[in-house]
Amino acid sequence: MFSLIRDTLLSQAVTLWRVFRKLFVKADTVQYPEERPYMFPRWRGRIILSRDPDGEERCVACNLCAVACPVDCIALQKTETEDGRWYPEFFRINFSRCIMCGFCEEACPTNAIQLTPDFEMAEYVRQDMVWEKEDLLIDGTGKYHDYNFYRVAGKQIAGKGKGEALNEAEPVDVRSLLP
Amino acid sequence: MTTMTEKTKVEIIIDDVAHQVNAGGNLLQECLSLGLDLPYFCWHPCMGSVGACRQCAVKQYRNEDDRDGLLTMACMTPVQPGARISIADPQAVDFRAGVIESLMISHPHDCPVCEEGGECHLQDMTLMSGHNYRRYDKKKVTHRNQYLGPFINHEMNRCITCYRCVRFYSEYAGGVDLAAQAAHHHTYFGRHEEGALESEFSGNLVEVCPTGVFTDKVFSERYSRKWDLQTAPSICTGCGVGCNTAPGERYGELRRIVNRYHSELNGYFLCDRGRFGTGYVNHAERLQQPQDAEGKTLDAETAAARLREIAGKAIAIGSPRAGNEANHALRRLVGETNFHGGFSAAEQACMDEIAALARDPAFHNPSVREIEQADAVLVLGEDVTNTAPRIALALRQSVRNRAYELADSAKIPHWQDAAVREIAQRERSPLYLFVNGATRLDDVAEANIIDTPSGLAREAFALAHRIHADAPPVGGDGEGNAEQLARIAEQLSAAKRPLIVAGAGSGQVELIRAAGNIARALHKRRGNGGQKPVDLCLLTGEVNSMGLHLLTRPENSLAAALDKLANGEAENLIVLENDLYRRAPHARVDAALNAVKTTVALDLLPNRTTARADLVLPVAAFSEQQATYVNYEGRAQLAWQVHRNHSAARPAWQWTGEFAHFREALNDCAASAPAMARLAEVLPDTSHLPGGGKLPRQPERYSGRTAMKANLNVHEPKQAQDPDSALAFSMEGVPARRDATLLASPWAPQWNSNQSISKFQDEINGPLRQGHGGALLLKRGAGGAGFHPVAETDGTTGIELAPAWQIFGSEELSARSEAIRRRMTDAYVAISPELAAGHGLSHGAAVNVRGENASVTVLACVRGSMPAGVATLHASDRDIDFHGLGARVSLAPAAGDTPAAQALDRGLGELIVSDLAREG
Repeated sequence: MFSLIRDTLLSQAVTLWRVFRKLFVKADTVQYPEERPYMFPRWRGRIILSRDPDGEERCVACNLCAVACPVDCIALQKTETEDGRWYPEFFRINFSRCIMCGFCEEACPTNAIQLTPDFEMAEYVRQDMVWEKEDLLIDGTGKYHDYNFYRVAGKQIAGKGKGEALNEAEPVDVRSLLP
Repeated sequence: MTTMTEKTKVEIIIDDVAHQVNAGGNLLQECLSLGLDLPYFCWHPCMGSVGACRQCAVKQYRNEDDRDGLLTMACMTPVQPGARISIADPQAVDFRAGVIESLMISHPHDCPVCEEGGECHLQDMTLMSGHNYRRYDKKKVTHRNQYLGPFINHEMNRCITCYRCVRFYSEYAGGVDLAAQAAHHHTYFGRHEEGALESEFSGNLVEVCPTGVFTDKVFSERYSRKWDLQTAPSICTGCGVGCNTAPGERYGELRRIVNRYHSELNGYFLCDRGRFGTGYVNHAERLQQPQDAEGKTLDAETAAARLREIAGKAIAIGSPRAGNEANHALRRLVGETNFHGGFSAAEQACMDEIAALARDPAFHNPSVREIEQADAVLVLGEDVTNTAPRIALALRQSVRNRAYELADSAKIPHWQDAAVREIAQRERSPLYLFVNGATRLDDVAEANIIDTPSGLAREAFALAHRIHADAPPVGGDGEGNAEQLARIAEQLSAAKRPLIVAGAGSGQVELIRAAGNIARALHKRRGNGGQKPVDLCLLTGEVNSMGLHLLTRPENSLAAALDKLANGEAENLIVLENDLYRRAPHARVDAALNAVKTTVALDLLPNRTTARADLVLPVAAFSEQQATYVNYEGRAQLAWQVHRNHSAARPAWQWTGEFAHFREALNDCAASAPAMARLAEVLPDTSHLPGGGKLPRQPERYSGRTAMKANLNVHEPKQAQDPDSALAFSMEGVPARRDATLLASPWAPQWNSNQSISKFQDEINGPLRQGHGGALLLKRGAGGAGFHPVAETDGTTGIELAPAWQIFGSEELSARSEAIRRRMTDAYVAISPELAAGHGLSHGAAVNVRGENASVTVLACVRGSMPAGVATLHASDRDIDFHGLGARVSLAPAAGDTPAAQALDRGLGELIVSDLAREG
């Protein structure tokens, strides 16, 4: 009985002491929005579509982000340029459904879709949470500066013929008998 | 082809578990039949084994005590009773991983921009074999692609050299313009030069190729991944065979057609008309709203009321391209006496004869699978490749029965593909073609009997007489080819399973009668001991020709309807999905339409008939409605609705207002037409589904559900309901891998490609585990009719006119599809070089064809193999009064500068025939 009373009082005293000590520590609270915290580059916020180092759209409309999305909030349609480059005819994200899980970024084979540190996406009108490609596409490479999918892929596009991608040999001459 | 005659089961032990498998099969096939996962590439259920890819390696042990075992290729190893094998043995696993790694050495980094991605057999097998990173650091072999026409994309870098493409294209489908070139790691699969693939079955390369070398170019233009396609089981509406298809829809557009396995009909393959001919569903000119004669839009209720108002004093003309429910609802609306079939006069006569023969107990109308089993075939007057292409592919397989016979005698199993071909060399079962010129089956035919249509009929009657003396003989010059006829008679009589093929496409009822006589002669010759009926395959022209014929009274032909209308016996006319100008002489159609007060046309695209109508009602396309169709065998099949049409277009049976639900229309049709009594059997039994539940049209990973329509409104609409069927317009319900009652698109864990179909078969090439649905409607009566008397020659002279069919262009709706139009020729009349020389015509020149009541301008097509007394006319999609020309025509060169001649700007370049008489 005595030990119980002792322990309780002691615990109270320790707690009071700890709270008191915090009076002399710098506060963690940030005066948002006047003050802005540092957001880490890999923070999972607003989604963007990036461009490759040559300034072309990185998205090839492969649909992997859409299928990875657990809330099915990405819809797009593939189309093709004259020279064979795939790109999305439209690319839509319904941010009112998005849970910022980042699965789309993980699934993206071309580093096109990326999550950014921006989290300020509140809107008064819910319809404004639906973003189209014009809203999503940025002018830069985002977090990944060097990757250009079409320099690696075997598909021919303007300026890169067969055999000119990374690790590719000259196209075979089927009429030659040489090994 | 790999179906073995004997089905004895033997026990083998796989990974220490005993299994019962078919004796005579190979280990790969039996492992897959058991549902085990064993990777493979070059083996195909329909093309057997060649042992080229080495991917299906397993360990085989001599006996219980053998711990070492031997690596062996499962696809090349026959099943032996008591055999012990292991799929999971570490050495076998390692070997398979090594094989896939070397196959993948030069595979490009293409999956995100490859149309095969997500349904790629190579992706599946790579994952299954456990290969993920490329260790080889040398350069990848690359290839230049070829232009292969409007249907197929070529991306040769992706090839893993399994040889399936050439095995299908040249060995199975008889194509001559795709081959393996170069050698070793330079092997290239392509044409000798760029150009469209000639085979009518080139589209199957998309499904046969295990990776993305050959992909669907039409689909790629409006591409979606397999997991994003809303799919339902459907039926191809391109011809009367009734192949099973799986159309896929996304964002309200019909995106593509792929094969849907049916063990009795199409098996694993479709023709290119079926695969690429449905673009008309997305046509910009689709009728969307009811319109009056001035083109003013009406609201649906007013229009429907107007239809019912005029129906009391109306004659209705049905359609062979509309389902039974649409035809029946119209029949109910106007009464049976006022409902007429929509066939041309020649086709009506043929259909009457076909329907009579289809009820004769002496005959059996074979399924496509049964056609493949015929060991002597006679085709009478029908250009099968162009009127029922899938049947032509089956006929091509039938000639291989001689090879299987030889293989049996040498104890070679049928699945040993290369060995069977080697032993057969050029030996084939006989296939004889009675035709009026060269055809696309000539390369496998024993001989062609080439004559004018009337000449062919005489010779066919003579052949019947040679087979059995009871058949009426032909007097006069009927025996022009006596020696050949004697040989054909002998081979047909000696065959175990002879087959006679004829059809409505020839437009010659005498040929069908002659076919009946030959089959009856064969039947008589077999003796009278309750023997098996003779295979007599009678082809019908359109998807529901047979259904429409069963619903129409014999006297209610289109000609009779036009006469009644012209005589003022009916005030109004209702035309269901039918362009009358394609079916009857233009003058007679005009006379009828001028005489009626109100014409109502129900159709999905504007045509010459809708242009004359006072009220046009838009109807749903085949993929937008549920319907049953009856194929050439009398097999009724249900095509499910794939997607919704958001305009005012609706199924024709809904416009009539007779029925509230599809099921009512179907059941009433079954109840009120005696021939349709078994129609209700096509509805599947879904009572076992949990909670009276639904089956999903969308795959489990259908994407974009909350974003697809978010641009219109961020508040998602309620999922569309489908009160008319067991399918849901969503991914809700029991997935196919748990209940495959309605299997549209096969999928199984680790098997994303169409190869997953083996997971839904109890046995490779056998029926689907849940059955196929469908019902054979026609019952054979007791006691057959007698022989048909030989046709009297009418004594008229002149050039006989017959229709020329083209796989691309002859069918009305597919000819409106963009992809098909790129392969269509212009309207032409095919004539012999003598006729051309006699009339001063050269190939490709404009020519005037003059007949009884019409004259048309088309291009001359000079074909070296044709006899002089016949001209065959192909109308393409031009406004040509074919039926006004009559049976005999005369020819005259047309001035090239007339508007009619100048309108023929498509040329004949796309025509693929072997006997074009080229100038110089």
